[in-house]
Amino acid sequence: MNGRSISRKEFLKAGGGALAGASVVGLAGCGGGQSSGGSSGGGGGGKAGKTLTYWASNQATSIQGDKQVLGRVIREFKKKTGIQVNLQVIGWPDLFNKITTAISSGQGPDVLNIGNTWSPTFQQTGAFLPFDQGALGAIGGKDKFIETAYRTSGMHEPYPSVPLYGLAYGLFYNKAMFEQAGIKSPPKTWDEFVAVARKLTKPPKQWGFAVEGASITENAHWAFMLGKQQGGSLFKGTKPTFDSPGVVRGVAQYIGFMDKDRIVAPQDAQYSTGTQSPADFAKGKAAMVIGQKNYMINFKSYGMKESEYGVSHMPIPKQLPPGGKPIMSHTAGINISIFKNTQNKKGALEFVKFMTSKKMQVYLNQQYGSLPVTKEASKAQVFQTPVMKVFLDVYANHSAPMPLVPDEGQMETLVGGAVKTLFGKAATGRVGTSDVKSQLAAANQKMAAGGGA
Amino acid sequence: MREERFYRVLRVIGLAFFTLITAFPLYTVVISSIKPLGDVQSAFHWIPSRITFEPYVQIWSTVPLAHYFINSVIVCVSATVISVIVAILAAYAVSRYRFFGRNPFRLTVLSTQMFPGILFLLPLFIIFVNIDQTFGVHLYGSRVGLIITYLTFSLPLSIWMLVGYFNSIPRELEEAAMVDGSTALGALFRVLIPVSLPGIVAVAVFAFMTAWGEVLFASVLTTNATRTLAIGLRDYASQSNVYWNQLMAAAIVVSIPVVAGFLALQRYLVQGLTAGGVKG
Amino acid sequence: MSERKSEPGATPAVGRRRRWLGPQMFPYLLLVPAIVFELLIHIVPMVFGVVISFLKLTALYIRNWSQAPFVGFENFRIGLEPRGAIGSALVHSFLITLAYTMLVVAGSWVFGVAAALLVNSEFRGRGWFRTLFLIPYTLPIYVAVIAWEFMLQQNTGSINTLLVDDLHILKNPPFWLIGGKAFWSLVMTALWRSWPFAFLLILAALQNIPQDLYEAAAVDGASKWRQFRSITLPQIRPVSAVVVLVLFLWTFNDFNTPYILFGQSPPAAADLLSLHIYINSFVDLNFGLGAAMSTLLLLFLFIVSVVYVRLLRVGSEENA
Repeated sequence: MNGRSISRKEFLKAGGGALAGASVVGLAGCGGGQSSGGSSGGGGGGKAGKTLTYWASNQATSIQGDKQVLGRVIREFKKKTGIQVNLQVIGWPDLFNKITTAISSGQGPDVLNIGNTWSPTFQQTGAFLPFDQGALGAIGGKDKFIETAYRTSGMHEPYPSVPLYGLAYGLFYNKAMFEQAGIKSPPKTWDEFVAVARKLTKPPKQWGFAVEGASITENAHWAFMLGKQQGGSLFKGTKPTFDSPGVVRGVAQYIGFMDKDRIVAPQDAQYSTGTQSPADFAKGKAAMVIGQKNYMINFKSYGMKESEYGVSHMPIPKQLPPGGKPIMSHTAGINISIFKNTQNKKGALEFVKFMTSKKMQVYLNQQYGSLPVTKEASKAQVFQTPVMKVFLDVYANHSAPMPLVPDEGQMETLVGGAVKTLFGKAATGRVGTSDVKSQLAAANQKMAAGGGA
Repeated sequence: MREERFYRVLRVIGLAFFTLITAFPLYTVVISSIKPLGDVQSAFHWIPSRITFEPYVQIWSTVPLAHYFINSVIVCVSATVISVIVAILAAYAVSRYRFFGRNPFRLTVLSTQMFPGILFLLPLFIIFVNIDQTFGVHLYGSRVGLIITYLTFSLPLSIWMLVGYFNSIPRELEEAAMVDGSTALGALFRVLIPVSLPGIVAVAVFAFMTAWGEVLFASVLTTNATRTLAIGLRDYASQSNVYWNQLMAAAIVVSIPVVAGFLALQRYLVQGLTAGGVKG
Repeated sequence: MSERKSEPGATPAVGRRRRWLGPQMFPYLLLVPAIVFELLIHIVPMVFGVVISFLKLTALYIRNWSQAPFVGFENFRIGLEPRGAIGSALVHSFLITLAYTMLVVAGSWVFGVAAALLVNSEFRGRGWFRTLFLIPYTLPIYVAVIAWEFMLQQNTGSINTLLVDDLHILKNPPFWLIGGKAFWSLVMTALWRSWPFAFLLILAALQNIPQDLYEAAAVDGASKWRQFRSITLPQIRPVSAVVVLVLFLWTFNDFNTPYILFGQSPPAAADLLSLHIYINSFVDLNFGLGAAMSTLLLLFLFIVSVVYVRLLRVGSEENA
């Protein structure tokens, strides 16, 4: 009897053994993420002192654009320090996930960009180098940063990141339309704003105001900003309070632009990419839009010249309710972090110092249309235009950081999603304050139940 | 006669219906790829205001499409070839040797189709990293890791289909060859495979298609250098603008290999499926 | 079902030289590559994933897995608690996914059979139709879904242009990607992409049906409809069974379609399970909870498959 067949028992035994063995190997190996080296992310293993891997976010109009802009930075850095930076530009859809997988595996870049609202979340993981006195000293000291910017970098000092590019919200208005309607100056209060917008709303082709109604992040920001103006807060300490009266009023106001005041086109309820409302503005379909400074890049790509629009700050209520603050933006921006298990700590700190130096801050923020985060750079001549002054003023003096809680991402998803749903309803009907309250309450419940840490 | 006419009319209506629902989206994609950007960002019109082939030129510079193309080709062809070979060997073993029965095997294969990708995405990445640390074999972020992943995704169904296909081919053919002095492997290669070509082609096509369009694992397991087309397409929606016309043009360019390949090999596919997976 | 043991390597000289490397190892060796890959990519990560569901693996612990506290069934409890916000969201997502899957699978089967019948009869140019109908399935998934996303835009999409401007079926262009209609957008997109798969397999099955069955029935005076019911349907039953099951599994697990259409925040009506779990894992960094939900999903599909296969086996034995 040759070639006897494999019996069921044998196969299962062999298979089971292999499976168990493999599982043990696999699980044992991943026990310690700390034990692995960090700087081999992009294959730049070799000379730890002479190379750095840097994950940059997509700030330009295309990833190629980022490579060009940062190419110059890398060349100058190499000339100055002899360190070769391996650059990876990662698009926003992937950046957060890639950072997460890098953290869980222990294999990642040396230096990386993060959205500054992610800082508290990542601080919790302990994966980033804390910027303590020593590290801060190595990059030039914490005082060089604009204070509001610095405060967004985490839940508590030492922060896991430092600011890199700043962004703030501003009110953009179409000069020609204003002139035509006899409006002399941009509105300063919300009442004025609605009145102006009504005058400029001529449906279906022209609307007074455009919003990005289906964008989770935009919606979360607006809930925060208007909520603060109305004396409400998204969190009390670490407890979520999405349905506090101030926040409800703020969100109701935002939704009201569409269904009550009718100054926003219903189709805006499906705008989600962050590019559609600025497109409407640039094409003359909306007279005003309130967005972050980098909307100006959008306008430009649609052929709108800077001379065609004016910039002012976001309106505030004529009378601030009790507890209300004149917040005109959240302190937005991009921060830069260092992975704790980098093999080239000295080089990484050098690079961060370089990126936050006056020369690089001026160059980069000019290229990207963002705001400098250091006091020195913001005094540079090139930033002294009327437009820049408005933004810098808002950024430094009238902005507040989004809640510095570990589950910031979840908060944005829940709050932003609630507002998105409300816009969906507003586009086809009327939304009452009770609707707003119930949506926010549901989101609040999910946040509170949220299995997160 | 009345019945004949009725069924003929029915057939015309039926075909028209399916043609319309299939062609409508395809037409939208094609026509949008030759419209200027302004057109695709405003109300949709059946006939473009102006026809331009610029998007087809621009797509190569807005995004390093050629680079992604090469990556995709390397990864998908390798994954397909290896997957087919491994599947053939495994299917041969299952089909020609006495195992503990077909149904448990079928259920095992079936169960792999139930695995939600998100469940093992992160663990897979971590395992790759650990392999790198223990054996120095660079799997994450490299094309090799992606190839291994993709070839395994299509393995269960490939094996299943080939088992079915092999089963339908009488063993006498190989036994005749072996009596003549060939080894089992020899019989496999010289006799069984040529006869099973339609089934093998079917398996190869499915494996290739699955790999070509995969998004989730590619987004985590690739770097800028090893990026594939499937996720590269997302780059056309950038920070400031969604270049819809370029996106549509790129979509067409990206689809051509798989669509053309699939359609050209249709005949084999139908044959392969008929004897193979169909009878499973 | 022949269970004849075939004798590999019949030449004794080769076979008996070393017993441990002998003929009985041969099938093992053939299987080794497949088993290795399956273990590496499918099995071990899956087991690992299930293990994670018993840990409180949140942002705090993703750096050191082994440190994450063992919490037993806590994650499962949170996920299934019907009164809790998370549990009820999960149940809602499950129901939506179930409805979605059944519609897509049923629709794909009906369309697939219909189109296969149409194309199966001899007429000139049928090859062209077959080719055309297969195209949606061959497109990379991203392309197919993004095409529909483009078409479903409220103000710039071709669907509304067709419905409102050309056919005047509706007066105001509706929103397809937000609100309640989002569910139907999902179904349409998935159906468009899936039915050619059913079409292909059923066509293959149809071509296997011996013609004389039909001829005999026609001689007996059976109408076309009768022939369809008594000959065609039973003949394609095995294939249909496979198609339906496989489509069910793939559609239920579908991550790409909702993710590409809606990103990380789908409307409630379109909150499919895979995306729901993904958001819980990757956006909130609560991998323990996400893994628990995935394990539950896996369990559900496993039970469904077993029941399904059992039912069919019993059925086919009776019919045989």
